[in-house]
Amino acid sequence: MSGAVGRVWKFGDNLDTDVLAPGQYMKFGIDEIARHCLESVRPDFAATVKSGDVIVGGRNFGVGSSREQAPQALKHLGVAAVIAVSYSGLFYRNALNLGLVVVVCQDAQRINEGDQVRVDPEKGIINVAGALMQLACEPIPAFLMAMVRDGGLVPHLEKRLKGKAA
Amino acid sequence: MPCLPIPTSNAPTLVSDMAASQHPPQTLAQKLVAKAAGKQQVAPGEIVTCKVDLAMFHDSSGPRRLAPMLERLGATVWDRDRIVLITDHYVPAYDDDSRKILQITRDWAKANRIRNFYDGEGICHVVLPQKGHLKPGLFAVGGDSHSPTGGAFGAYMFGVGATEMLGVVVTGEIWLRVPETIRMHWDGRLGAGVTAKDMMLFLCGKFGMDGGRYQAVEYAGSAVTHLSMQERMTLTNMTAELGAQTGLIAPDAVTRAFLEAAGARDVDTASWHTDADAAVDEHHVFDASALAPQVAAPHSPANARDVSDYNEAIDTAYIGACTGAKLDDLRAAAMVLRGKRIATGTQLLVAPASKQDQAAAEAEGVMKVLVDAGARVLPNACGVCAGYSEERFGENLRVISSTARNFQGRMGAASSQVYLASPYTVAASALTGRITDPRSVL
Ligand code: SF4
Repeated sequence: MSGAVGRVWKFGDNLDTDVLAPGQYMKFGIDEIARHCLESVRPDFAATVKSGDVIVGGRNFGVGSSREQAPQALKHLGVAAVIAVSYSGLFYRNALNLGLVVVVCQDAQRINEGDQVRVDPEKGIINVAGALMQLACEPIPAFLMAMVRDGGLVPHLEKRLKGKAA
Repeated sequence: MPCLPIPTSNAPTLVSDMAASQHPPQTLAQKLVAKAAGKQQVAPGEIVTCKVDLAMFHDSSGPRRLAPMLERLGATVWDRDRIVLITDHYVPAYDDDSRKILQITRDWAKANRIRNFYDGEGICHVVLPQKGHLKPGLFAVGGDSHSPTGGAFGAYMFGVGATEMLGVVVTGEIWLRVPETIRMHWDGRLGAGVTAKDMMLFLCGKFGMDGGRYQAVEYAGSAVTHLSMQERMTLTNMTAELGAQTGLIAPDAVTRAFLEAAGARDVDTASWHTDADAAVDEHHVFDASALAPQVAAPHSPANARDVSDYNEAIDTAYIGACTGAKLDDLRAAAMVLRGKRIATGTQLLVAPASKQDQAAAEAEGVMKVLVDAGARVLPNACGVCAGYSEERFGENLRVISSTARNFQGRMGAASSQVYLASPYTVAASALTGRITDPRSVL
């Protein structure tokens, strides 16, 4: 997850949960919701995003409701990480608990659309290829990355409980 | 320009302080999280695992959602004595669905031998401290968005969803990104007829519903220290409306007196305060003596303005919820209504926040004043506030309410218009049938 290089899709401040998981599709499953992810601001996103791509945002990323489908849609489409200046707290917790890497980076907006980036959440480093730039992000400790890599809180709990039972 | 990794803390460290205490100055939030994380200190932005001292949930967020997940995982409760279960959202039951939810709750409490189970005693955020479960220094999570209420006691408490609560109930732990602190410093004293509710509506109007940015909001200053414990609870309760993770007030003699009366022992108030030189993200200063009663227009607490901006006719006045129907709130309403009758054509509904508060209000004659003025008394539960009960606001009703949220359709028909205000202002408006400045009738 942290090793791969991904292409950047760049957005600005206050990207909300309605843009990520539009209200009118909330009654459907995650497949359908994800198909409309970011549609109102980037109609081509869901169809062209590739596994391993990275989202760059500004301040207050994921503002809005507590709907878990917002980070879920990004993960479902294969997004490897979100890099933003700050997050809505609910989105931030939901994302990591659902297994989506989200990192806080004061300089997120210095990354450009189409840049190739590699995120190392444990070290708190973002390498931006091409621009030869290295940015700092708030590190995510190993214990939490273990949960993220297991796919989130529930699969992580399952694993822990199985380990105990064994 | 390339940037190298930067330290995550922006806390300036003063050499003298470091020498004195061996630690950089910390905010109250940092100290509480550090204790729960088993660390000497933590910095904003750092992610830590915290041991949970107490997990509170209710009939809606609790067993009906947790039990099936626990079953699927084949897991059991980590520590039944650290769980507090309270029924309030579906109380009293009025149909098969609500009856079933309450039955699931009771069955689960029994099966898991939950000792701290309060069934029909009142609203969770009010019952929790009244039963002596909170005290300074605790780290607590609640299955409800108004869980920051616990911060009034110098505890770190915040709301989590069902999945995260499952994690807590199974492991007794939760991860946390240490929040920055926003300090709201209120100088002076509130005027007569002005309350903590007005302070919070004012802050919602000023900063909006994302103003708290999931940080810790700490309330300080002479206006705050002069507030009663229940008024302080209104401040931290409505921190949820600011979009913060939690609200905090440094504990003092007022806290201790309240908690000791509730049966709590070993109340330590000395350790839990923000160090003088601790770095906060934002520091705002307000003059409480200049604050006018506030009213938030439909459909957001962020629509708050001075009461003088309003003259709307109302047909329903509601005094209810964890935010607005505690003993102090009932007293405020009674001060306005003593010896008077509400306007013809208006109805006044009062749902005291807890059995204990209602009993105290009865003993003081406060309930009688309200009933004599024309109030209809509703059960000690969330009631209309949650929108889950039988009682709901009808089409086009114009309501003034002492609750925390006036989102469209929350408390009834989408066409109902709900204005938020303090219990004083709600009572004054019931008296005249229009939105009214309580200071004109006190
Ligand atoms: S009274 Fe209202 S705000 Fe308080 S817990 Fe119940 S539903 Fe939530």
